Amino acid sequence: MSGVRVLVGTRKGAFILTSDEARQEWDVCGPHFAGWEIYHLKGSPLNPDRIYASQSSSWFGQTIQRSDDGGKSWEAVGNQFAYDGVPGTHQWYDGTQHPWDFTRVWHLEPSLHDPDTVYAGVEDAALFKSTDGGQSWSELSGLRQHETGHLWQPGAGGMCLHTILQDPGNPDRLYIAISAAGAFRTDDGGVSWTPINRGLRSNYIPDEDAEVGHCVHNLSLHPSRPDTLFMQKHWDVMRTDNAGEQWHEVSGDLPCDFGFPIQVHAHEPETVYVVPIKSDSEHFPPDGKLRVYRSRTGGNEWEALTNGLPQQDCYVNVLRDAMAVDTLDSCGVYFGTTGGQVYASADSGDNWQAIVRDLPAVVSIEVQTLP
Amino acid sequence: MIRVVLPFHLRMLANIDGTGVDLELSGPVTQRAVLDALEARYPMLRGTIRDQSTQERRPFLRFFACEQDLSHDPPDTPLPDAVASGGSPFLVVGAIAGG
Repeated sequence: MSGVRVLVGTRKGAFILTSDEARQEWDVCGPHFAGWEIYHLKGSPLNPDRIYASQSSSWFGQTIQRSDDGGKSWEAVGNQFAYDGVPGTHQWYDGTQHPWDFTRVWHLEPSLHDPDTVYAGVEDAALFKSTDGGQSWSELSGLRQHETGHLWQPGAGGMCLHTILQDPGNPDRLYIAISAAGAFRTDDGGVSWTPINRGLRSNYIPDEDAEVGHCVHNLSLHPSRPDTLFMQKHWDVMRTDNAGEQWHEVSGDLPCDFGFPIQVHAHEPETVYVVPIKSDSEHFPPDGKLRVYRSRTGGNEWEALTNGLPQQDCYVNVLRDAMAVDTLDSCGVYFGTTGGQVYASADSGDNWQAIVRDLPAVVSIEVQTLP
Repeated sequence: MIRVVLPFHLRMLANIDGTGVDLELSGPVTQRAVLDALEARYPMLRGTIRDQSTQERRPFLRFFACEQDLSHDPPDTPLPDAVASGGSPFLVVGAIAGG
């Protein structure tokens, strides 16, 4: 019997939520790694029992955990993220140059093509790769050493590489996003990188259509259309249909185009989800109403999804990695909040229920659809 | 035998029961020797107490022993005799924080 496993990273540990195909009754397991910040967990698409977790702490630094039994037991694997060569400098908050300094792993992306290969997006922004199941890590340094690297700068949350997308049909093509540098693409497995930010406009940088410097919050694609990407930027929801060569805005009739996560429906490439947030000064939903917005037209025309979500006095945030979809016939949509709620919809967003309400602040959500 | 007392989260990470571990050292008893022996027995602790590249102590941790803060001593300075003889523990302490 098929089911789903929801992997929840929080400020104080990891939780694993499981259900059958109906997705009405849930088992909550955790906390795993209690007291540690779990920025992200993600399972291998080739071996669902293999799950990677980024465990970090201001006191004790970064650890990577790996499970080979679906999260029942864990093993600490390699945690040495050494930049290739002598790291240069990037722009600091005050405009001066600042040395690259590793802080934590924001995102783990297991390969679509090899169960022992996994990518890690880190702060200060760089991309690492392991080909031995996380035991050792090497930097794909062509990204950090891009000629624009000295112009990249941290947002308030740090200069993080937070999004890694793979082209299902082309193992050499990856897309990544960095706050606040923008989006980049490689077509040679990570050796060389191209900024793909044409069409973005950001009025918080001196040159609002600069090649780099944009605060991209999240990217998403549908596996059947790997050249079409959707982007939630610091402000603006954007779309490209040519692998990032040119973007155009699809915020349309959203009540607000600020937000963090963006996701594409598992079976409908033109159905997209965002969670509008009032502003970058007020990280909570407009009017105290928690609303997911869905577009069935690839953007521009959006509808509010509210059934089962709090519609008054709600002032939580939904962070960039805290939304995911399952691939069951009736697509499930999931998101977590900084208030510790995890909401699930088993019908593409029409109706929602809280799986769990009182976790620590949710940082990330991933979903595994199990056979 | 050197007694090393560890903070809660590192004991959980290394699956250590009790407050710490006992280590046998063959050479001079220094911070570096103690931490080398600790990491050799518990590889998952590499990088959690000191940076793996620079070997510098992580900033929110301190090393105490015999009512002294040894955090700023050079890593090859001999530890107090009481630590070397097992009479007093070597304490790895996390900065306190609350809210």
